[in-house]
Amino acid sequence: MISLAGRDILHAWPKFVLTGFGLGLLIGVTLSMAGIYRGMVDDARALLNNSGADLWVVQQDTQGPYAESSSLHDDVVRSLQGLPGVARAANVTYLTMQVRFDSGDVRAMVVGFEPGQPGEPSYLVAGRQITRSHYEAVADVRTGLALGQRIRIRRHDYTVVGLTRRMVSSGGDPMVFIPLKDAQEAQFLKDNDSIVNDRARTAANPGLNRPGVPGLLDAITASQASNHNVNAVLVQVASGQDPEAVAAPIRRWKHLEAYTRAQMEEILIAKLIATSAKQIGMFLVILAIVSAAIVAFIIYTMTLGKIREIAVLKLIGTRNGTIAGMILQQALGLGLIGFVVGKVAATTWAPIFPKYVLLEPGDAVRGFVIVMAICALASTLAIRAALKVDPAEAIGG
Amino acid sequence: MADMPSAAIHIHGLRKRYGSGDTAVDALKDVNMRVAPGEVVGLIGPSGSGKSTLLKCLGAVIEPTAGRMELGGRCIYDGGWQIPDLRALRRDSIGFVFQAPYLIPFLDVTDNVALLPMLAGRPNAEARQRALELLQALDVGHRAKAQPSELSGGEQQRVSIARALVNRPPVILADEPTAPLDSERALAVVRILNQMATQFSTAIIVVTHDEKIIPTFKRIYQIRDGRTCEEAGEGRAV
Repeated sequence: MISLAGRDILHAWPKFVLTGFGLGLLIGVTLSMAGIYRGMVDDARALLNNSGADLWVVQQDTQGPYAESSSLHDDVVRSLQGLPGVARAANVTYLTMQVRFDSGDVRAMVVGFEPGQPGEPSYLVAGRQITRSHYEAVADVRTGLALGQRIRIRRHDYTVVGLTRRMVSSGGDPMVFIPLKDAQEAQFLKDNDSIVNDRARTAANPGLNRPGVPGLLDAITASQASNHNVNAVLVQVASGQDPEAVAAPIRRWKHLEAYTRAQMEEILIAKLIATSAKQIGMFLVILAIVSAAIVAFIIYTMTLGKIREIAVLKLIGTRNGTIAGMILQQALGLGLIGFVVGKVAATTWAPIFPKYVLLEPGDAVRGFVIVMAICALASTLAIRAALKVDPAEAIGG
Repeated sequence: MADMPSAAIHIHGLRKRYGSGDTAVDALKDVNMRVAPGEVVGLIGPSGSGKSTLLKCLGAVIEPTAGRMELGGRCIYDGGWQIPDLRALRRDSIGFVFQAPYLIPFLDVTDNVALLPMLAGRPNAEARQRALELLQALDVGHRAKAQPSELSGGEQQRVSIARALVNRPPVILADEPTAPLDSERALAVVRILNQMATQFSTAIIVVTHDEKIIPTFKRIYQIRDGRTCEEAGEGRAV
């Protein structure tokens, strides 16, 4: 038996290809939306992977440092380094800001880290790691910065000495790494007017500017202008140690919050990007409904255009199943063309997106199955119309 | 009845009523008809006389209200359908030729004809071979690979005749087959129908208004107000 659907598609292939192309663009948008969600999850995982930590120690009762603000004294790290099971521990700061450069600015997460410690960019694609104590930076390539370029963070200029890749915040902002001390200053640095004002207010306070206590005012002023806080301490546990077992005494005795990798992933994926995921999920549902409506409309219209032929086919003895199969195969054929176009389109435009779009093969397979299911579902309207056609319509009168 | 020659089509007291109650319309009141194998008869009558209704009843696409119908010596209706699978009956025992050819536009000429034997379960190669033989016999073999839209009106009608004949049905129902054709082509179609009826012993009923072809029938059934009456035709050679 010949394929009626195949012959019809070949006969009207420009119409099919153009329709499939339009549908394909819609499917491409759908696949891209799924890719954006996957990219967000992957960004979150990359953030955790690149930190090189097994534990994130943050301020008590916070879910920092990525989901909430967290502030710790920078000497907490010393008490953690002495705990059993801890191999290495290091302070880090995170600050999302607009990093300025000659011709504009770029949104980036500025990371303060200690060279050679957890939190350091794990690999470079160009240049070198930071070797000086101040005013050098390593930037992710997505910032668009180049080696040797000068950038401005708060009141200081930095030179980009290294470039790294896939170092992004959970929000997808590329990272710029600078020395911890610079980052601490940048995070809490006040402007000059504010510093002068604070000094005057302190000097005017008789409790802080006591006659006969030389050096007190200077010490207080110095403490107000400096920052000894960090956002988190990244801890690497010793080989063979259970991170949860190391975290327990930190929570119990240090009065700090300590999150394992699994807990931090839960915070990032289930909480931080949950709203975005729901938003994307809604878009996917709407796009699926729109796709189904379009396929249903197209197949229904095409079927109505063949009512006379269908009546003739039924009159000469064609089974209902054969006619239904023809319409179903056409709908599936449309879906196949649409999916191929959509996959190619999504793959083509994914790198142009400002945020990372991760197109996973598994999503493509799932997308294909869903597209086929939607097309099959959408064809039912046309099949119903075709099966209602009276073969008597082929005979005049 | 015993000494009468066997009939390919035998209709007795056929009635068809549309609707019910006060709105009921009797489209066929008492139709009687007998067509022998190899015979071509005309069915004429004014618009609304019941020609198409009779054709639809004979084609097993609508159910009569009463009466009896035999096709190819087999009773298909006797107060109710006697055949469980009407679709198979239409496919295997009845050929249809329409006013417009109604060829399937996405199949080429050969497959338009071969589709019926394929639907009947014949292998594709055998179905196509049979289609090609018929197309040759109808003088359209050279257009076997053409699309229907590439054919002239006369060629399309010959292809539709080939489609009606391809399963060797005992009966062909032709509904105004010459309406869109000029005199020459209309007579050519009638000639072909006569040849095929003789060659395949097929009974053919031709519903027509066409004054050009009415004189060619040896027997004509006239239908008026749902009743048939038989007339002798001129039987003019074509």
